[in-house]
Amino acid sequence: MKKISQKSIHKYLRHDKKFPHVWCPGCSNGIVLGAVIRAIAELGLKKDNIAMVSGIGCSSRMPVYADFNTLHSLHGRAIAYATGVKMYKPEMDVVVITGDGDATAIGGNHFIHAARRNIDLTVILINNNIYGMTGGQYSPTTPYGDKATTTPYGNIDPTFDICQLAIGAGATFVARTSAYHAIEAQSFIKQAFEHKGFSLVEVISACPVIYGRLNKKGDAPTMMKQMKENVIPVKQYEKLSAEAKADKITKGILMHDTDKKEYTEAYSELINSLNKPEEESNE
Amino acid sequence: MSSNKNKPKVVLMQGNEAMARGALAAGLDFFAGYPITPSTEIAEICSIELPKINGKFIQMEDEIASISAIIGASLAGAKTMTATSGPGYSLMTEGIGFAKMTETPCVVVNVMRGGPSTGLPTKPSQSDIMQARWGNHGDAPAIALYPNSVSESYELSIRAMNLAEKYRTCVVLLSDEVLGHMREPIELPDLSQVKIVRRITPTKPPEWYQHYPDNPKYPMPKASFGEGYRFHVTGLSHDAKGFPTNRADETKVLMDRLRNKIAYHIDDIVQIENYQMEDAKIAIFAAGIASRAAKEAVVKARKKGIKVGLMRPLTIWPFPDAAVRKYLADKKAIIVPELNQGQLSLELKRVMGGIWNYEIRKTKKIKEIHRTDGLLITPDQILQSIMEVK
Repeated sequence: MKKISQKSIHKYLRHDKKFPHVWCPGCSNGIVLGAVIRAIAELGLKKDNIAMVSGIGCSSRMPVYADFNTLHSLHGRAIAYATGVKMYKPEMDVVVITGDGDATAIGGNHFIHAARRNIDLTVILINNNIYGMTGGQYSPTTPYGDKATTTPYGNIDPTFDICQLAIGAGATFVARTSAYHAIEAQSFIKQAFEHKGFSLVEVISACPVIYGRLNKKGDAPTMMKQMKENVIPVKQYEKLSAEAKADKITKGILMHDTDKKEYTEAYSELINSLNKPEEESNE
Repeated sequence: MSSNKNKPKVVLMQGNEAMARGALAAGLDFFAGYPITPSTEIAEICSIELPKINGKFIQMEDEIASISAIIGASLAGAKTMTATSGPGYSLMTEGIGFAKMTETPCVVVNVMRGGPSTGLPTKPSQSDIMQARWGNHGDAPAIALYPNSVSESYELSIRAMNLAEKYRTCVVLLSDEVLGHMREPIELPDLSQVKIVRRITPTKPPEWYQHYPDNPKYPMPKASFGEGYRFHVTGLSHDAKGFPTNRADETKVLMDRLRNKIAYHIDDIVQIENYQMEDAKIAIFAAGIASRAAKEAVVKARKKGIKVGLMRPLTIWPFPDAAVRKYLADKKAIIVPELNQGQLSLELKRVMGGIWNYEIRKTKKIKEIHRTDGLLITPDQILQSIMEVK
């Protein structure tokens, strides 16, 4: 892991954008932004060649701070907008920043279909288990029994396992970690950029101001500690008793398939096959 | 194929095909769509033609994804179009608002069918006239064009692509089930003579570049993703650089620009056609497929010695207010045949009502002909109305 200095991170942030950012104290989004930028710096990707696309929500506010070609699109539609960018300019590195609600509730359809196509998008999904921007409504990943402003008596909705959803839909690189494991997040994001095909990095994050407060999870450092304890490697998880597994989340690279054809590559092959000069006939 | 080069090429073409081929002539190189009757042929033709010219076609998972993908591709530098019909258009409206707000050029074809809801998928209708104007939430003017023949479908498709590019907005190209599916011979224009608005790349250094300049000119240089300008695009209210803002002064500039870029260029955008209007005592105001029956009715009425004319807007939005006042104010009666429950006539009454303007109240009568049963209005039906008001 190459160490990226704070100073070199500044090269990837916008200087003409008015900081401070919109995120609450203790929010994990900044850590993820740092991990994304460090991964990009490590790979030496050109800023001009990166398109950062997001939808609506707390995490989706990220692109405005980053000095790339940035698109803050509509709620749930980031992956569909990104598909347009990538299809038209396959040579660009297209990264999608999204959240649990944005990608798997309103945007669930685009999420599974982009995974099915195996289009070369790098999707960074920050999962904070809640709709933070609108004040704390339950999302498809809010744990059973938890409180949200729209589950005053506790959540009865079963949750999505987002990584399994992506794998089931055909994604070829799927990894999960937490904002606590920032260095690992950087490494996964780097590998996701390098992977040719649809890649998903789910980053479990802490939302102490909304989700934490509603569920009495403690302050930001306490929630960090919880991520440290609850987000564990698959091997460690498998050894646990069923009871101990209940509040644990697996981390690691859960899928890495390099055989499936990437979508824009398949399309350019199609173009080439049509525009091939006609072979001379022997007759 | 070996025919004389100077002789215009005449081909038999379907309305939907003409729209696809017109867009291709105007430089279309990205199409995303979702199957829906009666517009699907447009997607089919694009799927055949685009890869041949190094363009891209993608069938998305729904209409929301389709409009999203064409906006994304447009930001990356593509000339884009999608095609749909009523239910799909409803799904696209949020994206259309985004394209207008972020001033991203794209064209949405709506081949109108009977509604509301699933309605009459295989029957013609003109019931999305108002939706083309007010479909998206929030205040944003609309540009919508509506041809009435196959050859005009081709021409207006080129024009829609040009207007989208010039005014950096989403242009709606209306058609209907009959117009989309009928076949007529059309004379293909010499493409070297057709005016195409191409994207102008900025020459300013990136640090001086404003994606939303304070003193806009149309057309203006516009950067695309991947060209070194690294601008921001958001559906939030934004400043000249595209960054989100809550400030009243910056929001006012944005909202005024969105309105004025259409309002100040109405003469450039609006197109109408007058047929036998000079000496007409009675005028028919009709667009699209209904105007074909109207023209026939004019011919029939003239044979009976009744002085009738036809005014036909090719641009539905912005509505041709000035032309309506100029040509229709002194008519004894105006007949408005349309395949809906009175959408064009409602707009006409807004212009003609003029409680504050005596001059344009000389018109004695506006006679509406509505039809929403999936059948076309016939020339005889219009003729009957002419006899009633003459």
